[in-house]
Amino acid sequence: MRYHPLTNADRSEMRRAIGVADIAELFADMPGGVVENFDLPRGKSEIEVERHLERLAAKNLPASQAPFFVGAGAYRHHVPASVDHLIQRSEFLTSYTPYQPEISQGTLQYLFEFQTQVALLTGMEIANASMYDGSTGCAEAMLMAHRVIKRRKALLSGGLHPHYIDVARTVARLAGDDVVSLAPDVTAAEDLIARIDDSLSCVIVQTPDFFGNLRDLRAIAEACHRHGALLIAVFTEAVSLGLLTSPGAMGADIVVGEGQSIGNSLNFGGPYVGLFATRQEFLRQMPGRLCGATVDTEDRRGYVLTLSTREQHIRRDKATSNICTNSGLCALAFSIHMTLLGGTGLSRLARVNHANAVALKDMLAQVKGVDVLNNSFFNEFTLKVKGDAAALVERLAARGVLAGVPVSRLLPNAGLDDLLLIASTEMNTDEDRATLVAELKGAL
Amino acid sequence: MLDQLKKTEAPATFTGNRGLELEEPLLFDIGRDDATGVDIDEPAPFASRLGGLERKEPVALPGLSEPETMRHYVRLSRKNYSIDGGIYPLGSCTMKHNPRLNEKMARLEGFADIHPLQPQSTVQGALEVMEQLTHWLLTLTNMHALALSPKAGAHGESCGLMAIKSAIAARGEAATRKTVLVPQSAHGTNPASAALLGFELRTIPAGADGIVHAEAVEPLVGPDVAAIMLTNPNTCGLFERDIAKIAKMVRDAGGYFYCDGANFNAIAGVARPGDFGVDAMHINLHKTFSTPHGGGGPGAGPVALSARLAPFAPAPLLIRERDGLRLKEDVEGTQGFGRITAFHGQMGMFVRALAYMLAHGADGVAQASRDAVLSANYVRVKLRDMMSAPFGDRPCMHEVLFDDAWLNGSGVTTLDFAKAMIDEGYHPMTIYFPLVAHGAMLIEPTESESKASLDLFIATLRNLGERALQGDEAAFHAAPLHAPRRRLDETLAARKPVLRCTQGAA
Repeated sequence: MRYHPLTNADRSEMRRAIGVADIAELFADMPGGVVENFDLPRGKSEIEVERHLERLAAKNLPASQAPFFVGAGAYRHHVPASVDHLIQRSEFLTSYTPYQPEISQGTLQYLFEFQTQVALLTGMEIANASMYDGSTGCAEAMLMAHRVIKRRKALLSGGLHPHYIDVARTVARLAGDDVVSLAPDVTAAEDLIARIDDSLSCVIVQTPDFFGNLRDLRAIAEACHRHGALLIAVFTEAVSLGLLTSPGAMGADIVVGEGQSIGNSLNFGGPYVGLFATRQEFLRQMPGRLCGATVDTEDRRGYVLTLSTREQHIRRDKATSNICTNSGLCALAFSIHMTLLGGTGLSRLARVNHANAVALKDMLAQVKGVDVLNNSFFNEFTLKVKGDAAALVERLAARGVLAGVPVSRLLPNAGLDDLLLIASTEMNTDEDRATLVAELKGAL
Repeated sequence: MLDQLKKTEAPATFTGNRGLELEEPLLFDIGRDDATGVDIDEPAPFASRLGGLERKEPVALPGLSEPETMRHYVRLSRKNYSIDGGIYPLGSCTMKHNPRLNEKMARLEGFADIHPLQPQSTVQGALEVMEQLTHWLLTLTNMHALALSPKAGAHGESCGLMAIKSAIAARGEAATRKTVLVPQSAHGTNPASAALLGFELRTIPAGADGIVHAEAVEPLVGPDVAAIMLTNPNTCGLFERDIAKIAKMVRDAGGYFYCDGANFNAIAGVARPGDFGVDAMHINLHKTFSTPHGGGGPGAGPVALSARLAPFAPAPLLIRERDGLRLKEDVEGTQGFGRITAFHGQMGMFVRALAYMLAHGADGVAQASRDAVLSANYVRVKLRDMMSAPFGDRPCMHEVLFDDAWLNGSGVTTLDFAKAMIDEGYHPMTIYFPLVAHGAMLIEPTESESKASLDLFIATLRNLGERALQGDEAAFHAAPLHAPRRRLDETLAARKPVLRCTQGAA
């Protein structure tokens, strides 16, 4: 086998050194002995593996082969070639968690830079070295608020991504905590402030929300703070932060979101990277890995993983979280792409996204039988169509157009079968938009 | 002339660099607000629809041009150790070779450029990858169902325990069955995962021989016990030979057996956890099936479930129907416990792991386990006369555990020894874990090392050991001397946390 350096001669020499005649002797403790003859194929050459997987890949319709308007929590953006090249450097790709800092300064320094970028982008004081993804980060933020406020009830906006709601509800139910989640809120009409009282540890609000609406968090933050609760602001489209008032500037106490949009491909849903930022005062209740600056014995600046007394390998059952990895390589991709963009490039990218979405919205406004429901949006909005949106999306897919996400896919049985989420990024061309509009007219 | 030069000590350089060893400033010291490595045209003027929420100040993030970006990150990368560069013998972490074929496959447009919510009719190939991965993992484990979505090992633990908690609730025993048994040697994630779900922890004392004995578990088992969490092979590198007995005991008493599959790489293709009575086990694809560790993630931790836990599996559920595969994305109409992440799990890792399994085949997977165990035992017998083993001289599985008793009186600690290895060009083994061994040194060579590589590694450790025992204490305290940094002040980092650059003062 090409990945195994030991030869049979090596193996027998090593067995001799160990003093066993047969390797099976080393597995003697296993009840039932060694299992042979698994009903699985034998090993394949590199060519055969490529053929096998290329055949499977070819059964999928990739975004590049279709006018593509799918979003709802994962967005197709351009990733510069240098990003993917750099993250495949052996020293980044094939290193472990930086437990030996003297020979891991590369990883540690980029994590320190990543934490700074995330803090600046979200308008917060500190950020961690990343979470698995936005949805798990959101649930962790809720648990963190419970620890900080010492109450165990959360209020979830009806504009929060339905999968994020499901993850938070699952964790809360099984951990014995309370959750109130409001009904799906298509037009950002819910009155969150009226629901805030002294029993809550936190309120979780997403902007741009699941339906694309932008939400002003300032009054909600004030209401939270009046009642001693924290405001957790969620985003699923990180590029929006380049154009919108940051959640930190609007008074959020924890900002958590999905970072996939920057530097990371769609990958059918993972791996992605969760961004997590908060105020300095909550540092010790924050979950996840943290990188900090220090000095070495020659007084040179260097970086280490720090405050691990919060973490599971030290605190065990008293830990702030059971998380023991971050999403290192995806955080690196995020950080490199962010470095390439810079603040100026990010703002411009965000404006292009918004401009494309506005252009598409204006074109759709001319189509009979559809309505855009949003008053405000960034690069995604909700379209009300005649009939069943899921069936419409299937019809368009059969014609080679990936038109968006039917709301019913994430919110079945909610009476929202005629709603379609449409996202538009810098990847869409005038031709894509024209095709979508023409095909929509034909299909309706 | 040459002789004279040989004696010259390297003077300090003007730049602080030393040949190929280059210092690299922080991005925030070299970036400029108006620099960019991405050319984007400003859109034509248009009426924005931001509802008055437009940002007032520019985003204060420094940028770099593309060549500067390349240089910054290439220089950073060179300050890292990597498995591609040398043996990475971190016990419990399984740093094996990462085939580049797997990277290439994961980047096929048909996998990397598909959206988790595009119509399922357009992603049948991706669902087939999930189906084939499931088939491989269930066959190798002899388990009943697979929850694919957990994002990492610890996330898999949460998933398995949630299924267990739900099964217990379905039996009406939620109020009474709340204890989880965890051995002293367990990974810290085990007690953390259980505590987060409101379970009460009870510790199983370790046997003098490093394994958990059925007799030690027996008095702890009762109607209050929800589950036992055992790692097998355990974190001492030993196979829990009472495992089937313990499983039966816990299951007979109405509890569930959670197996931490972090060390599955020792037995994959050789033994099947389902045969031991396991109810749930996460499989770290980034360990056993070699998806790259990436400097600390992303991982992937699918959970294999027994027949009695399968009904409680979380969404999404992969279902084979007459006209193809379907992902059921909610748990309506099932006993499934809910959802633990957005979308469907770490698809990029599924492709890599499947590529690894296809390349190995069942025979290759077994060979990998056998070679891993062989290599660990080879290291063990070549070092056992010098170093001390906490549980006596006995065969190990894929990793070998030493303690620091052999260094007593030398003034050299486990940490010093590890740092001296760095100067010799090696990444140290796992140190101070598991906690059951004093000054633990846990060595996992994996199947990816040649015999020559193992021999040099062993010879180096022997040489260091001799120097330590001969009183070369000061040199060990000073190490490392040849890394990009000398020892770093971790106390300072924790006492005065600096977690980001402060602009201008970076």
